[in-house]
Amino acid sequence: MTTNLKVNDKTYAVAATPDTPLLWVLRGDLQMTGTKFGCGMALCGACTVQIDGVPTRSCVTPLSAVGERSVATIEGLQGREITALRAAWTAIDVVQCGYCQSGQLVAAAALLKATPAPTDAQINAAMDGNLCRCGTYPRIRAAIHQAAGKLAAG
Amino acid sequence: MGRKRTVMKRRHLLLGGLAATGALMVGWGVMPPRQRLTGSQPLPTTAGQQALNGWLKIAADDTVTVMVPKSEMGQGVLTALAMVLADELDADWARVRTEHPPIDAIYNNIATVTDGMPFHPDDQGVIKRTATWLTAKTMREIGLMATGGSSSIKDSWLPMREAGASARAMLVAAAAQGWQVPAGECKVDKGVVTHAASGRSARFGELAERAAKLPLPNAVRLKAPADFKLIGQPMPRREAAAKQDGSARFGIDTVLPGQRYASVVMCPTLGGSVASFDAKAALAMPGVLQVIAVAGQRGGTGGVAAIAGTPWQAISAAKAVLVQWDHGPAAGLSSAGLHDQLKKALAEDSGFGYFSHGDAASALKGAAKTISAEYSAPLLAHATLEPMNCTVWFTPEASNGIKASVWAPTQVAGLARYAAAKALGLGSEQVAMNVTLLGGGFGRRLEVDFVAQAAAIARALPGVPVQTFWTREQDSTHDFYRPPCVARYQAGLDAQGALVAWTAASAGPSIVQQFLQRQFGLPGAGPDKTTAEGAFDQPYEWPAAEISHNIVELPVPVGFWRSVGHSHQAFFKESFVDEVALAAKQDPLAFRLALLKNHPRHAAVLQRAATTAGWGQPLPPAADGAKKARGLALHQSFGSIVAQVAEVSLDPADPKRIRVHRVVAAIDCGLAVNPNGIRQQMDSAVVFGLSAALYGEITLDKGQVQQTNFHQQPLLRGSDCPVIETEIITSAEPPEGVGEPGTPPIAPAVANALFTLTGQRLRSLPLKLA
Repeated sequence: MTTNLKVNDKTYAVAATPDTPLLWVLRGDLQMTGTKFGCGMALCGACTVQIDGVPTRSCVTPLSAVGERSVATIEGLQGREITALRAAWTAIDVVQCGYCQSGQLVAAAALLKATPAPTDAQINAAMDGNLCRCGTYPRIRAAIHQAAGKLAAG
Repeated sequence: MGRKRTVMKRRHLLLGGLAATGALMVGWGVMPPRQRLTGSQPLPTTAGQQALNGWLKIAADDTVTVMVPKSEMGQGVLTALAMVLADELDADWARVRTEHPPIDAIYNNIATVTDGMPFHPDDQGVIKRTATWLTAKTMREIGLMATGGSSSIKDSWLPMREAGASARAMLVAAAAQGWQVPAGECKVDKGVVTHAASGRSARFGELAERAAKLPLPNAVRLKAPADFKLIGQPMPRREAAAKQDGSARFGIDTVLPGQRYASVVMCPTLGGSVASFDAKAALAMPGVLQVIAVAGQRGGTGGVAAIAGTPWQAISAAKAVLVQWDHGPAAGLSSAGLHDQLKKALAEDSGFGYFSHGDAASALKGAAKTISAEYSAPLLAHATLEPMNCTVWFTPEASNGIKASVWAPTQVAGLARYAAAKALGLGSEQVAMNVTLLGGGFGRRLEVDFVAQAAAIARALPGVPVQTFWTREQDSTHDFYRPPCVARYQAGLDAQGALVAWTAASAGPSIVQQFLQRQFGLPGAGPDKTTAEGAFDQPYEWPAAEISHNIVELPVPVGFWRSVGHSHQAFFKESFVDEVALAAKQDPLAFRLALLKNHPRHAAVLQRAATTAGWGQPLPPAADGAKKARGLALHQSFGSIVAQVAEVSLDPADPKRIRVHRVVAAIDCGLAVNPNGIRQQMDSAVVFGLSAALYGEITLDKGQVQQTNFHQQPLLRGSDCPVIETEIITSAEPPEGVGEPGTPPIAPAVANALFTLTGQRLRSLPLKLA
């Protein structure tokens, strides 16, 4: 038995059992390793993907819960938000070890889509579930503001 | 060009030190194995690539590939070390790439071992110099390729500059010979050699093949700092783009053809093993290939491993194995018992003396006023965000001599290869080692327990690549923890409030003794500098001082945790400095400066942080009206000097919740190779230290770690992260460590601020207000 799963605009027939967390379907079955395993309990945000644009912890989302919806991962996420965020990430040189950054960027892209000019409080609310052991938080905040500014300027 | 100096023996460089003030002539009076320019084997090359020495290759398309022997764990070493070599080569930065080299003695880390010897930084005596030289000589031959001790730049600074300069000279020679012009008339810029008089030019890619056939130069000229083009510039991280689009490959992202996955469940008691297990249910689950018991290796704990087709199948199956554990010698250990053991050891014996100056005992007796305090610090986990993992492909039938290949996020490539080889019954030379990106290291990946374990598991499935990966729960409960430590400080003041005596005694387990035992089977004995570092190796001019540490053997694996002994000793020492300043009725800044009269670099760092932070100036309240206070700390570690001023307040809604609003840091790390990287590392070190200062605590019950995941082991979040401002002191001294020195001062800076704010002196970590 297989399950159809739409990831980054392609549909895959996946053999994993329906209770398999989406994270492990992506990393194991589809060999898309950009989405990271950190905690397995939705405590760190490293596994964040977007499902129909909503930031979602893939480590606690069973395959069966995804259904017909579209999954976007760091490898395939499209749009002006992620483009602007990557540019700001580069300009501000955010990343260090980089392990959490897939999750940070996917979460930040969803934030900017919903809230194009976030305040610090809105950034906290959207990003506080994404841990960074290297302490890139100040640069993440600055980069989100910078990306928002660039998007607003067109 | 600057001043020219000829150094005929490389040992002079090690003995004499090297101020980076002028251009430098470097010659090679010593042949292999003590030289670090060319390895024992030629570098592996692809078509069109030429290796000019053991550190770089140049391709026909002008790409310069720099061999970086240090692991990239976020500290920016791929960028900084490439800068160092590329600058001397006068390469075009846009054409520079990096690779990890094969394991070879020329890449062994010498600096981190010589730094680990128990000498005071101010000591310039012949014993220290001789011991340093002998150790350096030995380490070049039998040492380890290691990334740790904030030593990457310090260790590679000279060999990589020499490698760049040597290759540059060969490229120039190749051009000059071809053009029949004197080499001295040629110039190099951005990967192009030019001869102005004849108007000729050639790219590195055009010259590499001929250059590679030339002999290595006997001597090369290194640049004067004024001629640096890359060194000193704030360069962006090389591998950033790959970490922003998901293409970067960490160890756990290794995917090989036909790869299988293994999940492990280890004995919950540290050091325990499997007595028996029943895998019936697990083996009946989908995709499960094998379930095996794996002995604890290299200091690790025994467990069971389920090998399956996908990661989730493996996780599910490993949890379904029924195991009877043999809990081993740690089974009786609790946090309370452990603390009592350390306190008893502290009371009974002051241990090994690391520093003694004057007659501190008499001075204390004669003091007008004495102050004493006891401090403690808990076990801490590393909590790298990428859990432990390693992929091993055991190929006993291979005909090319390579019987196994290993992909590991490790800080010790050579040791990891050795551990994997032993676990597979092979020699190191039969194992190919691939170092991946590391999703954080912080010292956890100086251990090779998980590599040996992965090799033992892969041995059960010859011919098939197997990735062993840990769940967060296994990672949190099977770490090599920052050693717990207790300390007793005493100081004496004279009638005028001047310091006359200072003593520090501490007790806790030794990392180095355990490490030598688990890696090499050497009996743990003798002093261990890391137990007392941060207490004794500091700049303060104590009129009389005694500093010691008593090693306590415990059945808990302890390991190198970012800044090691400094991480807790700085908290004790800098908290006590503030306590003594208070007793002396002096401002903490003025009190410290009075103890640094002959240490102008340290005083300058302290002054810079204090001035930038507005020390002594009124501090406006937080946005919600909460009162704020400042605290400061100064600490020297890994060759660098860091001062920090923290601004703290308490949450009006929860007055036990500590908030850190702003941290001003000043660092003197010698010549700043990549100021951008230094600022990143200061952010990182402060956040890492704050997580520990505010929340970090591993507790034991029956030898079992109680914190399994991030809900029980919180890390600092974005909303709690202070604004961090870093001041880099301009210096022409040789470059020193950067990755760790920012961590030690933050806990005492916050504790000192909390005292000012609340009157509560917190002497235990993590900081918890009454």
